[in-house]
Amino acid sequence: MTIRNEITLASVVKNEGLAVALELKPAEVIKTVRDSGMKGRGGAGFPTGLKWEFAAREKGEKKFVICNADEGEPGTFKDRVLMSEWPDLIFEGMTLAGYAIGASEGVFYLRGEYTYLQAGLEKCLAARRKANLLGDNILGKEGFSFDIHIHMGCGAYVCGEETALIESLEGCRGEARNRPPFPVNTGLNGMPTIVNNVETFAWATAIMAKGADWFKAIGTDKSTGPKILSISGDVERPGVYEFPMGTTIDDVIEAAGGQDAKAVVIGGASGHCIPRTEFSRAISYEDVATGGSVIVFGPHRDMLDVAENFLEFFVDESCGQCTPCRIGNVKLLEGVRLLQLGECSTSYLQDLCSLGETMQCASKCGLGQSSPNAFLSIVKHFRNEILGRA
Amino acid sequence: MLTTQQDRLMGEINNLVDVHGSERSALIPILQDIQKRYHTIGDFEMQVIADRLGIHPVEVYGVVTFYSFLNEGREGRFVIRLCRTISCDMAGKAAVAQQLRNDLGIEFGETTADGRFTLEWANCIGMCDQGPAMLVNGKVFTRVTPEMVHDILAACEKTFGPHTPQTEEEHAL
Ligand SMILES: Cc1cc2nc3c(=O)[nH]c(=O)nc-3n(C[C@H](O)[C@H](O)[C@H](O)COP(=O)(O)O)c2cc1C
Ligand code: SF4
Ligand code: FES
Repeated sequence: MTIRNEITLASVVKNEGLAVALELKPAEVIKTVRDSGMKGRGGAGFPTGLKWEFAAREKGEKKFVICNADEGEPGTFKDRVLMSEWPDLIFEGMTLAGYAIGASEGVFYLRGEYTYLQAGLEKCLAARRKANLLGDNILGKEGFSFDIHIHMGCGAYVCGEETALIESLEGCRGEARNRPPFPVNTGLNGMPTIVNNVETFAWATAIMAKGADWFKAIGTDKSTGPKILSISGDVERPGVYEFPMGTTIDDVIEAAGGQDAKAVVIGGASGHCIPRTEFSRAISYEDVATGGSVIVFGPHRDMLDVAENFLEFFVDESCGQCTPCRIGNVKLLEGVRLLQLGECSTSYLQDLCSLGETMQCASKCGLGQSSPNAFLSIVKHFRNEILGRA
Repeated sequence: MLTTQQDRLMGEINNLVDVHGSERSALIPILQDIQKRYHTIGDFEMQVIADRLGIHPVEVYGVVTFYSFLNEGREGRFVIRLCRTISCDMAGKAAVAQQLRNDLGIEFGETTADGRFTLEWANCIGMCDQGPAMLVNGKVFTRVTPEMVHDILAACEKTFGPHTPQTEEEHAL
């Protein structure tokens, strides 16, 4: 079983959130989402209500709601589970977002690797159209029309980055754009567009159904609500778990059965490696932020192999547009191979670390900016393990 | 290429343009359909699509070479993509990879001489709790062991007759 504990979304009554939203004015829907304090569940953690407000304020002959179902971050699979179990809540969230910002078109960008989910999602959309939950004058709301179509991705991690995703939708190579302008101003076809994660839309539905106060009461002041995590690696019970924001790494690992872990990488290949001594830290936007990936490493694992695996990933997935990311990841990977051979001097390791820091600030998009994170944190915490190999 | 073959391809592309439209945004859906049906996107197809969408063929080539699920070289009828990312790696992907190499007699990135199988690496396919995981023409297999490799390949072989056309069933597998 992939779902390992109780997921609150299971108790949300279908279409209650949408019905509540349509009784309100669009601005009131946005206020409710703002009041909940929810931040994006896809990784970057931008306040959802604020994003919607920017898009609502923007003028455009058309506006778009995009659901980011590209779920490519290594170690993340919670969106897959949400799409299989509660597709209605996701589509409902997109619909009420469309009402809130004044959009009539929704695009569901599903990663090519998840093609086997497409039929089920199409079926759910068809049922919603039939029940007047999509289409014209939704639930009798005069003048509110909204529909959603699914667009299949084509095997490119960078297309999870919102501007690369939009490039891809427009029929181009998935090369990230400069930000600003942000999609809320200049998005799909130059129109105001919100891009949100699958889980974000599902929680938006829950917030409309259960109220902002319910959501805000869970978690910490700066990180409200529950978060769904994907846990894999050296644990007895890998799978999908829900925890309140602010839960410590210790508690998360204990729930999954990985008590002897020596380290955990939170946030996937673009996340950070946290050693056992820091397991009291909390999963939250103010401490250890994540889109949901938790990968646990047992005592026998070689952390240099982990760095190598992640850097191979980035070398493969970099779109190649900018130099820090295109060349930097290759250089870091070569450095890891030197370390594996025991042929890396301390001063060269220092050079690699400053290269990593340069990539963090000089890369064009989030891929290159975060690609050195795992390497840098592994070097920081496991220096003795990686230097001086015979 | 024979003219009849070219005519057939042009007819097919015209049909796809009718379905997906002739806007630039229709490019990737059209290419996905061509890839699915012909297991390659050749120069001729790229030229015709470019003409129909009113863009330069280089634009089409740029897109085909960017995405890992689009391919200008010929792919086998069955494309096996084994996840190489960390959770599957720790779950034992190396042994599965070796058995795939042994049973197919090819390396990753190659296609068998009979055009049946292509072996590719995939980056995390979102099955990290059930690794090692792989996709065969889009169908997902989890907790794959070296022992299972033979049966999975045999199931693919079974859908081949001497002159079987490419069927939906084959794509579903
Ligand atoms: C390289 C890269 C890959 C990303 N992949 C995803 C993804 O698969 N899913 C996702 O929701 N967000 C992804 N993001 C974040 C998006 O750019 C964007 O911030 C997010 O979809 C916004 O939604 P949220 O505010 O609801 O989290 C990615 C970002 C980068 C830089
Ligand atoms: S950081 Fe990497 S992925 Fe992003 S634009 Fe530059 S090369 Fe492309
Ligand atoms: S690491 Fe293989 S599916 Fe995620």
